[in-house]
Amino acid sequence: MKTWKTVTADMAETHALGRNIGEAAAGNTVILLDGDLGAGKTTLTQGIAMGLGVKKNVTSPTFTILKIYHGRLTLNHIDAYRLEGASQDLGFDELLEDDGVTVIEWPDFAGELIPDEYLKISIHLLENDSREFIFEACGKQYEALLEEIA
Amino acid sequence: MTMILAIESSCDETACAVVRDGNQILSNIVSSQINVHTLYGGVVPEVASRIHVENISAVVAEALQKADVTMDDIDAVAYTQGPGLIGSLHVGVQAAKTIAWAFGKPLVPVNHMCGHIYANSFVADLKFPLMALVISGGHTELVYMKNDWDFKVIGTTRDDAVGEAYDKVARILGLGYPGGPVIDKLAREGKEHYKLPVPKVQGEYDFSFSGLKTAVLQLIQREEKKGEEINKADLVYCFQETALNDMTAKTVKAVEAYRPKMLVLAGGVAANSRLRELMKEKMAACPETELVLPPLYCCTDNAAMIGSAGYAAYRHGLFGNLGDAADPGLEMPSND
Repeated sequence: MKTWKTVTADMAETHALGRNIGEAAAGNTVILLDGDLGAGKTTLTQGIAMGLGVKKNVTSPTFTILKIYHGRLTLNHIDAYRLEGASQDLGFDELLEDDGVTVIEWPDFAGELIPDEYLKISIHLLENDSREFIFEACGKQYEALLEEIA
Repeated sequence: MTMILAIESSCDETACAVVRDGNQILSNIVSSQINVHTLYGGVVPEVASRIHVENISAVVAEALQKADVTMDDIDAVAYTQGPGLIGSLHVGVQAAKTIAWAFGKPLVPVNHMCGHIYANSFVADLKFPLMALVISGGHTELVYMKNDWDFKVIGTTRDDAVGEAYDKVARILGLGYPGGPVIDKLAREGKEHYKLPVPKVQGEYDFSFSGLKTAVLQLIQREEKKGEEINKADLVYCFQETALNDMTAKTVKAVEAYRPKMLVLAGGVAANSRLRELMKEKMAACPETELVLPPLYCCTDNAAMIGSAGYAAYRHGLFGNLGDAADPGLEMPSND
């Protein structure tokens, strides 16, 4: 497993970091976003979407659990926030085999949906608008991706 | 006379209604799952679809019986095609298609958000051009309708929906689900004490609530560091004032720019008592625009609203077919 750490000073920098990730991502990629409410998961995903060439504005998927966007690659934006405490089959595993990029917020609640290999990004809210991002790459494909981002 | 059988199952209510001429409710049956989902702090999709399957037939039968009609009296079957939870939507869509096929009735697919707007037909004759503020757990939209069944979204949230922000702030403070009613009630006991930043966003009529939610979280962390205890009532008061003042100010600005004959509130958050107060206060400056504040039964998810919007779509000849599927990300119909 490869790791990397970075800090952003504000929302614009968080967005730019996401954009880098989106630009570097190839198909069949799963990104887990770990962080509390307000950590900046949606902002980072908005950046990833832009990097993937998605034109539409990405909004919170909390209410519908899943939102799908089309760009250079398809972006599957999953939010498992509402799934806490419930073990269930949502049929989302089909998406993970797609040739798209799948971003999963609140992966701890997503249970069996999480594959063996992935890029995990843990976000911590620091002082003011500053945020720390800890990247963990599990699997060769993801180590290569991380090398490109870092 | 046109009689619509309407089915709605986009989230956690299984609902069926019979509506005459778009504005008379002959029956409006809603089977809510909210008690089940309160346990989880939100809607659980798999549980939701299972309960929808269990309820749908009984709800349809009851709606027909209560309206004292049979399928012979029904002119069309309207149903919610989206947006919503995919598993939940499927149940209503399949039920509607099955009934339409079995009884040879036309199908009318309806966008859930259009339903919320047309719910106001039950309390007022809609006058166009019309402005609608559509606010719920999944949506925050300002919609301008130049004519009947002519939708133009002029503003929307860039991140979280307003109802979602209420739910998440309630969860941060341990107030339970759904967050709207508890915060509305608790804020009545609060006073001006904390300061939260006004949401910033680029589009003139766009909204943003994610930053406000984060600001609430940061404020709590700051107070905790200082060893101060949080006054929850004051904090939700401040959150609500900040969110609603921003939303109502933008709505009034849009009314001043577009000069509609009518402004309607729509969706679950429209039931918020403070929002209604603020809207009334601010709209006093626009006497040429009639303000409609729908009663609670028009705000929450129900099938009658789908019957009303379905009647408008029916008049416009917007029929679906048996090949149509649920669309969880369905956007409002647009003429652009």
